Amino acid sequence: MATPDTAPAVQASTQLLRFITCGSVDDGKSTLLGRLLYDTGMVPDDQLAALARDSRKLHADAPDALDFSLLTDGLDAERQQGITIDVAYRYFHSARRSFIVADCPGHEQYTRNMATGASNAGLAVVLIDARKGVLPQTRRHTYICALMGIRQVVVAVNKMDLVDCREDIYAAIAHEYRELAAQLGIAQVHCLPVVAPSGDNVGTRSSRMGWYEGPCLLELLESADTAPAQGTEFRMPVQWVNRPDASFRGYAGTVCGGRVAVGSEVVVQPAMRRARIERIVTADGDLSHASDGQAVTLTLDREIDVSRGDVIADAARPAPVADQFAAHVLWMGDEPLLPNRAYWLKIGTRTVNARITTIKHKVDVNTQAELAARRLELNEVGYCNIDLDHAIAYEAYADNRTLGGFVLIDRQTNATVGCGMLDFALRRAANVHWQHTDLDKQARSLSKGQEARCLWFTGLSGAGKSTIANLVERRLHALGYHTYMLDGDNLRHGLNKDLGFTPEARVENVRRVAEVSHLMVDAGLVVLVCVISPFQSERRFARRLFDEGEFLEVFVDTTLEECERRDPKGLYRKARAGEILNFTGIDSPYEAPEQPELHLRTTGLRPEQLAEQVVEQLLAGMGEGHSR
Amino acid sequence: MPLLSHLDALEAESIHIFRETAAAFRRPVMLYSIGKDSSVLLHLLRKAFYPARPPMPLLHVDTTWKFREMIAFRDRVAAEGDVEVLVHVNEEGLRQGISPLIHGSAVHTDVMKTAGLKQALDKYGFDAAIGGARRDEEKSRAKERVFSFRNAQHRWDPKHQRPELWHTYNTRIHQGESVRVFPLSNWTEMDVWNYIRRESIPVVPLYFAKPRPVVERDGALIMVDDERLTLREGESVQMREVRFRTLGCYPLTGAVASSADTLDKIIDEMAASRSSERQGRVIDHDGNASMERKKQEGYF
Repeated sequence: MATPDTAPAVQASTQLLRFITCGSVDDGKSTLLGRLLYDTGMVPDDQLAALARDSRKLHADAPDALDFSLLTDGLDAERQQGITIDVAYRYFHSARRSFIVADCPGHEQYTRNMATGASNAGLAVVLIDARKGVLPQTRRHTYICALMGIRQVVVAVNKMDLVDCREDIYAAIAHEYRELAAQLGIAQVHCLPVVAPSGDNVGTRSSRMGWYEGPCLLELLESADTAPAQGTEFRMPVQWVNRPDASFRGYAGTVCGGRVAVGSEVVVQPAMRRARIERIVTADGDLSHASDGQAVTLTLDREIDVSRGDVIADAARPAPVADQFAAHVLWMGDEPLLPNRAYWLKIGTRTVNARITTIKHKVDVNTQAELAARRLELNEVGYCNIDLDHAIAYEAYADNRTLGGFVLIDRQTNATVGCGMLDFALRRAANVHWQHTDLDKQARSLSKGQEARCLWFTGLSGAGKSTIANLVERRLHALGYHTYMLDGDNLRHGLNKDLGFTPEARVENVRRVAEVSHLMVDAGLVVLVCVISPFQSERRFARRLFDEGEFLEVFVDTTLEECERRDPKGLYRKARAGEILNFTGIDSPYEAPEQPELHLRTTGLRPEQLAEQVVEQLLAGMGEGHSR
Repeated sequence: MPLLSHLDALEAESIHIFRETAAAFRRPVMLYSIGKDSSVLLHLLRKAFYPARPPMPLLHVDTTWKFREMIAFRDRVAAEGDVEVLVHVNEEGLRQGISPLIHGSAVHTDVMKTAGLKQALDKYGFDAAIGGARRDEEKSRAKERVFSFRNAQHRWDPKHQRPELWHTYNTRIHQGESVRVFPLSNWTEMDVWNYIRRESIPVVPLYFAKPRPVVERDGALIMVDDERLTLREGESVQMREVRFRTLGCYPLTGAVASSADTLDKIIDEMAASRSSERQGRVIDHDGNASMERKKQEGYF
């Protein structure tokens, strides 16, 4: 086959196709990709010379053949250096189109990497070794493609020369794959037989497989649909409020579905404020209309409150709004996903607080079997219920990737620990309305002559939380305050008796205690909570339930050695002996508060002195003196 | 519905990235290296925030060895007045007399460029620095993120890069940490030139062929841009018709023999040419995985 002399010039009017390649090195994926780059004239002379040299070095038996896999296998060296191999992006173009290929080498972290590569792809090229046929990994790749919303797949049945280019073998594989794709909901499948090293059916049609009359791979890529489905209703998440001076107020963002025109009636979601489009501003002049994928700045015909994170939508067909969802979640964090732990969730341009309330099941990516799960580990997929602290405008992921796809961010490390695809809103949110009551917290606390507070005592087992809190409560009671003490151990006899001591159970334990203390503060009480509450994220969750100044974190800081020495309940001894597992400080971590309202260093002080510190600070915050 | 052309799609993606940076960071900056990619970046920066002025300054880390025509071009950009241009020189390196001719490309780049950049980022407290790097430039960049996280020491940890899905970028960082942002990640060299032509974006004249005084050194054509470049034995200055594919420090940037003196000719020449873009850069050939190492140390 002739080498193309030059790379074709790209026409400014060509379109862009983003696709992903699925398969392992064994399937000849690197060779196929390398051959595609070569056939489109993308390999410069200096690289070609290096390729010929390296090919000779590696394959003494065939010194004149080019090993195209070397063009894309540059990541091998990095693997030896211990560098993470994830998604590599490659670029090429033909006379008709520009392409961006997401290539995910290797098997480690495969699910996570493939999902990343597939997230922006409109098409997947799935490789199958003609000698091996459809394998479990083929099923896995296809499932991840389907999960990430890819609806068109090109199946390259490779190494046809090693099965004598037999049509019956190819046809059987193609048939089996089509059945698989149909099961997984992939609508468009095109199969073709290829021999990657010699380029048969890669950049040009093959002469030795005359029984295949369809297009070659490049022709298929040139004619595929370029845009992932984004729905037909107008949607634009607001990224940036553009306000250079008092005379101009525009809302900048990228249209993610449908089309909008000057004069269109729109609604700003989730608050549902209506307005009309006045101008569609770009640096190249105003437009009469804008559609999916365009980055524009909209002005409205009236002044309404619009900020980053809002969605501007077609007023006649707005996006649904909800705060509870069923969604697929793919976990990417080293630490497992724990139900009820708070994470940041970013969707479109909006970031909210989220908790996975239930893992309904996890999905075996190889078989799609549904398995029971209490947590999700790295690279696991689960079907989950999600609860947000604010309602958002959204779309099902199958209809709109931008308004249906989200990432989860760890609140402490800021790492991206998961991604998810919204499926539908849970009806609960729409049907369970907040019942308004005439009396509020202020009225209830006023009648008690006090301000409601939550004192949250955290610290190791045996640190002295309950002892100090008990003294504080007695003192407050004597001063005429209405109080209640919630003790972690006591609650485990009733409300929390179904919970154990695994990290998941501890998260749920703290959530329940926090919610109960919140109710009590709402009732106007001064609540004293004593729970180890070892994780920062749960204490932060508790804090967020309360108004400013209402929540006081009291860190009862006693060293582990001192707690072990005291060991009032004999628990440390049992934990050291291995009789108790997941014991805080021994084989389960305690994350010390960074900025507690009160830091009680207990060494050398009597509980009475420590209790007095708490009472003083509490009353000072209420603006009251010691006597009442 | 009309589909966007690929240049329109790339432009929209880059504008989205600029806006996300401006919205999510306290003190963003655009690194301005005066080359063609910087010219495209500046053009996109202006477009992204039109009709407002760009909400971030430009920063040029001047190694004091840039081509004179580059500095003149930079000063013209600054004179346009719509965007602030900050210039930072590593004074410490200058005092030590660090020179690419004496200390070689590795030391020079490390001190004047990488260390200089870190100094400037710390000095102004920038928490997001936008750069013009593209994934097609070099193998180690192919897997670089659009929003690339750096710790408080500006180090890039390739083992702990955040997965990046859709265009939903994780922009959360702690105090002292920062990100490098690459809006041109998905552009190729050809895209850049086609866009420059389509949008009539001004670029430094050094990209266009012209007779220039060059000396052949270590297989590269080095332009004699000022008197600091002294000739070695056996070397002579020749007037050759050359142009540059990339621009950097003049003693480290090889010219290519060319007669392409218009954008059309440059694009035609590139389509016909069969050598890679960074071939002219001495810095990429400093040993194995050299770009990877520089990036970990904080080079762009």
